Amino acid sequence: MFRYLLRRIIQMVPVLFIITIIVFFFVNASGDPTSMLLPPNATLEDRDAMREALGLNKPLYVQYGIFITNAVRGDFGRSFRYKVPALTIVKEKIPASIELAGASLLLSIAVGITMGVLSAMAKDTPFDLIANGFSALGRAMPNFWLGIMLILLFGVTWRILPVSGRGGWRHIILPCIALSIQNASRIIPLVRSSMLEIMHQDYIRTAKSKGIRNSVVIFKHAFKNALVPVVTITALQIPTLIGGSLVTETVFAWPGLGQLIIQSVNGHDMSVVQACVIIIALITMSANLIADIVYCLIDPRIRY
Amino acid sequence: MNMEEKKAIQTVKRERSVVYDIPCLLIRSPSGMLGFIIVAAAVFVALFADVLVPYSPDAINLVAMTRPPAWSNGGSSANLLGTDVLGRDILARILVGSRISLLVGVFSVAAAGFIGTIFGIVAGYYGSWVETVIMRVTDAFHAIPLTLFGMVVLAVVGPGMITMIVVIGITTWPFYARMIRSEVLSLKNQEYVKAARTLGTSSVMTMLRHILPNVMPSFIVVSTLSVANSILAEATLSFLGLGIQPPLVTWGIMLADGRNYIATSWWISTFPGIALSTTVLGIMLLGNWLRDVLDPRNQGLG
Repeated sequence: MFRYLLRRIIQMVPVLFIITIIVFFFVNASGDPTSMLLPPNATLEDRDAMREALGLNKPLYVQYGIFITNAVRGDFGRSFRYKVPALTIVKEKIPASIELAGASLLLSIAVGITMGVLSAMAKDTPFDLIANGFSALGRAMPNFWLGIMLILLFGVTWRILPVSGRGGWRHIILPCIALSIQNASRIIPLVRSSMLEIMHQDYIRTAKSKGIRNSVVIFKHAFKNALVPVVTITALQIPTLIGGSLVTETVFAWPGLGQLIIQSVNGHDMSVVQACVIIIALITMSANLIADIVYCLIDPRIRY
Repeated sequence: MNMEEKKAIQTVKRERSVVYDIPCLLIRSPSGMLGFIIVAAAVFVALFADVLVPYSPDAINLVAMTRPPAWSNGGSSANLLGTDVLGRDILARILVGSRISLLVGVFSVAAAGFIGTIFGIVAGYYGSWVETVIMRVTDAFHAIPLTLFGMVVLAVVGPGMITMIVVIGITTWPFYARMIRSEVLSLKNQEYVKAARTLGTSSVMTMLRHILPNVMPSFIVVSTLSVANSILAEATLSFLGLGIQPPLVTWGIMLADGRNYIATSWWISTFPGIALSTTVLGIMLLGNWLRDVLDPRNQGLG
């Protein structure tokens, strides 16, 4: 287990390396930052001096070398817009994003598992049909539109919930629902089919024939095993969840990374964008690692 | 479906190509049929949008600004789904908007599928360091959410339809590469592939003639479902203002327009969203049905 973890963490290094190359390539392709930093009437000499000062006249691989050594030390350059180190701004926005994405992950797992188990137990009943329909619709609706519709219902028509910003617990309800439905919809059919498969296994029949109560069989014997695919799919969904939260944050004016990225992208504040992409990639990879650990914990058959 | 029926279908499959069975199988599956009808309707609308509505999607009509749908108070039968803040007909814009959604959806999947299939086959077939390098690159792409990557690239390269197709293509190819590679890993140890290689067939020929046709069923299934995701990605990026730009009309742009008027004119952002969700739903239902038909292992599950 420990050796496996170590190997997994070592494997993350080349992946991160490739990510930095991709990010560096695109940010460099975005054009000459001096045109953004200097006033439009700057002379050619000014421009050259600026390029010299920023190290832009060095060959690309040297620039990348400087970029990567600084990045390892947590220095992603300064934000053109806020005039402070990029990482400082990104750090400020992380808690809000984690709060929303985390709450939504919990909600979607809770809803997904509950509805999945119930619809497997009530196979071919109206409830099963409704759960299937909900799951199909949930996957088809873009979360930003769902967000707008929630704002329309709860904020405009009924006026019962706040629709923008971060504040008390009431503020998180709508963005959390908007972000969770898609994920929950992917979990439902998965839990359903794995529950159905497991309920036909021999050990379930044995448990039932021993006279154990049905609810105990379902929750103690079947449910634990049905969780395994849920962990896998949740891990796979993490990039989608984070990507979705970027958009949902914009819809609900949630002050997280999503808003920051959109502002920075629109304002060509590339060092902030760079920092955001690398931090988000790190978060995604760590989340996948955690999912792998959970995977080992819930399924004793899996040993690395 | 009982066992005899299943066996009968599988016998038929063995005798004829699955292509002949498709209409038969489609009629048996209500959700597959629904998906097919929605997709067919969307394609029809995209092709004949101009003929279907008498208005141009850009025709500004300042007399009829923010007119509600025909059935509500103040609505007019001239604009069935109402008008937006510039008096443009919502229905006309939705119908024309279907074009970009479908175009971007199909072409970005074609681009991603092409790149992904090549890398997937090469990785699976050659193994060793080639595979390691390709797989690490797919890991890297997997760690960056599609929306985020799309935002960065579009901000750098600049918005536009071709750019959008390329962006979605280069962000989603790793999914194909991974899927195809795992198929190839099992295919390359099959007797007929070994036989072909023993007979001296070149590597490229083996990949093209013996491996490629056999990964096609999985490829078709994954691509169909990917069209749905690409359409959602296009709508998301256009909604954020980074994707397709006006005067082109897309559902994402319409949603972004309507979002600011949600308190006063609910219809501007409601209907494009319904169109978008329905189209995506149709493609997903069709894709799920295709998966069940093309992969006999999945039959009876779910």
